[in-house]
Amino acid sequence: MKITREDVIRVAQLAHLELSPGEIETYRVQLDEILSYAGKLEQLDVSNVEPMAQVLPQPADGAQTEPELRDDILGPCSVADAILDQAPDAVKPFFRVPKVIDR
Amino acid sequence: MPVRTWTISSIREALVNKQISTRELIKQFYERIENENPKLNAYLALSPDRAYAQADRVDAAIASGEALAPLAGVPIAIKDVISTAGTITTCGSKVLENYIPPYDATAVTRLEAAGAVILGKTNCDEFAMGSSNENSAYGPVRNPVALDRVPGGSSGGSAAVVAAGLAVAALGTDTGGSIRQPGACCGIPALMPTYGRVSRYGLIAFASSLDRIGPFTTNVGDAATILSIIAGNDSADSTSAPVPVPNYMAEAHGSLAGIRIGVPEEYFGEGLDAEVKAKVEAGIALLERLGCKRVPIRMPHTEYAIATYYILATAEASSNLARYDGVRYGLRVPGTTLMDMYRKTREQGFGPEVKRRIMLGTYALSAGYYDAYYLRAQKVRSLIARDFAEAFEKVDAIITPTAPTPAFKLGEKTADPLQMYLADIYTVTGSLAGIPGISIPCGWTQAELPVGMQIFAPHFAEARILRIAHSFETAGGSDV
Repeated sequence: MKITREDVIRVAQLAHLELSPGEIETYRVQLDEILSYAGKLEQLDVSNVEPMAQVLPQPADGAQTEPELRDDILGPCSVADAILDQAPDAVKPFFRVPKVIDR
Repeated sequence: MPVRTWTISSIREALVNKQISTRELIKQFYERIENENPKLNAYLALSPDRAYAQADRVDAAIASGEALAPLAGVPIAIKDVISTAGTITTCGSKVLENYIPPYDATAVTRLEAAGAVILGKTNCDEFAMGSSNENSAYGPVRNPVALDRVPGGSSGGSAAVVAAGLAVAALGTDTGGSIRQPGACCGIPALMPTYGRVSRYGLIAFASSLDRIGPFTTNVGDAATILSIIAGNDSADSTSAPVPVPNYMAEAHGSLAGIRIGVPEEYFGEGLDAEVKAKVEAGIALLERLGCKRVPIRMPHTEYAIATYYILATAEASSNLARYDGVRYGLRVPGTTLMDMYRKTREQGFGPEVKRRIMLGTYALSAGYYDAYYLRAQKVRSLIARDFAEAFEKVDAIITPTAPTPAFKLGEKTADPLQMYLADIYTVTGSLAGIPGISIPCGWTQAELPVGMQIFAPHFAEARILRIAHSFETAGGSDV
């Protein structure tokens, strides 16, 4: 494994993190070490293994572990005001952010 | 060792016999917290108004002769990643420094409906990411057993307040060991229920396929009582399972005769502290004397669990933590553009471990690397779950150490993230498999640090875990 400075900068951009030059070097070294360790997963032959998409197995006796879906009925959102009251910048019922459309 | 005076049943008895009022009891706890918390840093926020209002409701019910609710008057602390309406909930992060949830987590609602008194919020690693509580933006928690040691993490504050007698019980969360490992470090029972057993509505997400809520208590019976209250389906959480909730307290009593306990050799090899190994072996010998049958087993994929866990958990975290961008809640650092605001907010709001995990998870999910890391880890997760499924065809429960070492010193592992991750080596397996596990006190090292023994059982077999743990505790397992 060799993580480069450019890798770190690319990932930081994807993650919306503005790293300092010092952080870039620290994370380069640490990500390299951790991903090298994770490389041990390549020792295993997983060609015939399904990925684990559900945490709970389906019980053999057919008992239900997945909840039933509730009816899709509209209801009021009782916490909207409380959330907007403590938002960094709100103009109810909106959150206000820096301008994104340039015209 | 700090004095722990109250249990759920002793509070009940004292209230019924009118030896103390709930208000007086809660006042005693807040006085102790005021004296003890400065040296532990275990509580981040207290909610006395809410606590005394609840105490008065309980006292009024007693005065009017009503039957006592199951947790009437029991003072409980809540990990700061679990939402509490009206009380600041920071997740141990600067990005949520002033965040006040508009609603309670279902687990909190259920505790209070059962008469419990919510004392306040406990310190934790930022967004529950850590194994020592040193990643909190509000400073580390100190272990009440030995103040120069970590309490474990990420639910270090919850473990510490219960161990120090500053709450009778606490809720924590466990993603890779964050309930069980601090329980071991602080010398108290700490239960991670099955995935889906306890509603996570109101739990601020770290890794959604792994996160669980569970209790810290001073004894196994109290853990059973609390689980009976907080377990069960919740229409507000589609990952909560519609599986009936037994009376865990009743189920916790009973003989261990004939119970087959699997002892996987992979959990007793290189890296395990010799004293911890000796104590857990002594614990297993005690279980055999109680009627259990020891069965050697193999769990061949154990050595891949840490790598699997740290790929999957960080991938999920990178997605879950995308929401902290300064738009809707918490910290906002102004920027010239929207993107500039996002980046500055996240750079200033998150601490080093959270950024490290976001970076790791983003890398593992990024174009060109998804198959090599995330997908492969999901497949290895299947193999680890299969190890457990095959083991449970031969045994009823699995016994392991909870952590490879006793509580380590503050600062001892902070320079090396990978070494810190390895503190979870025996706990992440059960997290990945979705099964329940408990850590229970299992003797002391020569330096007088507690050792934790872990018990795993199949999905939804918490009653079996509690029965084994309760018998073990009753037979003197904590001093084995």
